[in-house]
Amino acid sequence: MINHRLHSNDNRKVEFSTDTMKKIRELILHYPEGRQKSALLPVLHIAQEELGGFLSVDVMDYVAELLAIQPIEVYEVATFYSMFNLDRVGKFTIDVCQTGPCAICGGEDIMDYLKKKLNIDIGETTADGLFTLHGVECLGACGSAPVLQVNTEFHEFLTPEKIDVLLDDLRELSKGNNDSKSRWVEKFF
Amino acid sequence: MGRKILLEKAGIPGIREFSIYRSNGGYESVVKALKSMTPAEVSQEVTLSGLRGRGGAGFPTGLKWSFLDRKRISPRYLVCNADESEPGTFKDRYLMEFLPHLLIEGLIISSYALGVNTCYIYVRGEFKYIIGILQTAINETYQNGFLGNKILGTAYNLDIFVHPGAGAYICGEETALLESLEGKRGNPRIKPPFPAYKGLYGCPTVVNNVETLATVGPIIEMGGTEYAAIGKGKSTGTKLISACGNINHPGVYEIDLGLPVEDFIYSEEYCGGIKNGKRLKAVVPGGSSVPILPAELILRSAGGRQRLMTYESLAEGGFDSGSMLGSGGFIVYDEDACIVRNTWNFTRFYHHESCGQCSPCREGTGWMEKVLYRLEHGNGKMSDIDLLVSIAGKIEGTTICPLGDAAAWPVSSAIRHFRWEFEYHVEHPEVVGVINHGALTRSQEPSIQYR
Repeated sequence: MINHRLHSNDNRKVEFSTDTMKKIRELILHYPEGRQKSALLPVLHIAQEELGGFLSVDVMDYVAELLAIQPIEVYEVATFYSMFNLDRVGKFTIDVCQTGPCAICGGEDIMDYLKKKLNIDIGETTADGLFTLHGVECLGACGSAPVLQVNTEFHEFLTPEKIDVLLDDLRELSKGNNDSKSRWVEKFF
Repeated sequence: MGRKILLEKAGIPGIREFSIYRSNGGYESVVKALKSMTPAEVSQEVTLSGLRGRGGAGFPTGLKWSFLDRKRISPRYLVCNADESEPGTFKDRYLMEFLPHLLIEGLIISSYALGVNTCYIYVRGEFKYIIGILQTAINETYQNGFLGNKILGTAYNLDIFVHPGAGAYICGEETALLESLEGKRGNPRIKPPFPAYKGLYGCPTVVNNVETLATVGPIIEMGGTEYAAIGKGKSTGTKLISACGNINHPGVYEIDLGLPVEDFIYSEEYCGGIKNGKRLKAVVPGGSSVPILPAELILRSAGGRQRLMTYESLAEGGFDSGSMLGSGGFIVYDEDACIVRNTWNFTRFYHHESCGQCSPCREGTGWMEKVLYRLEHGNGKMSDIDLLVSIAGKIEGTTICPLGDAAAWPVSSAIRHFRWEFEYHVEHPEVVGVINHGALTRSQEPSIQYR
């Protein structure tokens, strides 16, 4: 079962960059006047990506203020949708599909292999802060089962060998100073 | 090769770009509709085509459009349901990824027919890269004068916006989707009022699936009557089927409705038969929600007639011996698959995805999951089997939205057709975990086909 505990942000400053603020203002214009609450889901996605990988109470309060809605309206939404992380996550969140079509094509083996390889259970983060393992429901890629997503990027037709390569690649990627998060926000506007 | 209406242009290199799509005959239907037809004439063609909702329910699209409240002076909305999350279904992902302009073309014509000036595409959050593809395509369409103000010099204005979801199966239900689009939890609304009267922001709204809307362009191009000539009976036209599971060629296939199921499973053109030379055990023909059918009932109906890929043929025999075409998520199980484990898996899915509004669904899915877990893990009792049937019966028809039914049907159908397997689990707890359910055995380099 899901256990929701909200976290604070350790007094770190919560603020979008000027660029992001500009984008969010444009985003709000997608919806009729007075319906700025509609932008909540996209803004929470952006907040999660740009403000630490998870939604702390401080981040949610900040978003509420931006959209001129009550904080509770943000909390109730953030706790409803599975893509919003309420707990701290590693640099890479690995979301493994567990649902039927993946399961009959070896998805269960993939999950077991990842647990063993990373030495963590579902919902946990590795000690080095690199990987968080999530079991998720159908990712809509059943034809290329078994599948997983790393920060919403698809990896398909998985085998243990492919997992080995993937984890090595991600470790290598984490050494560079590049931003590993997907840049979907750029294309969104 | 079968006829291609939706996927006709899919193989053209660079087809995602506006200029290439346009030079291959793309957007001609928009020119035709906006310049030479009235909105009523466009709607009439869609009605004539017999097009039925491709999201799962199979409701006639023309009829759905006719319900839209056009008398009230208020904004009207068209919302494209791209929250594809029914297990086994991945056709819309493919359409949006490879042919984004086909969808936009359909959206423009449909919006014109409905008198809509604002259209939203609600894409499931996990498809973030598709949001990028759609947005790029939309930007190009604006630049070329097919979106925005005074489209093609006519008086018609239209804006299309992409809106990301955030991981909730329930938002595929149209009223939950509207709630989510308004920035709320995806709790389905009580109907009536239907969205056609009171939808997005309380305004008249039409919600259609991606594939449904993408089909509107070709319908206008070829004419509704000609489209209706394809297919069989009330299942007109072509349909995208996403095939997955233990088959040789998983992929997205456009078929003429009316193709025999046996041909679809065994012909090289489509699924290519069962993987690793195994035998067919069962099929879920329309996404995880529809009843599972054992091999003998998916190939032939209980009355002995050949089963066809149509809404009617797959439903023949009712829920006693039939199923549904649903969303076209075709999941194939080989002889190694454990039906009990699969049913437990699906029930866990519905328990996780239940929004929690209605007690029968919120509690019932949880109890079914617990009972199935103990059956699958060697702690089941014989009475558990009828207990499951009883719980499923108490969920079905007692909830605000169809998620309750969708959770109940896989359980009741699995027990109806595979009761012996549930009994075997009770009698032989020692085999639990020994059954080879989806072990990672690959005989060939995997690939996915789109054709």
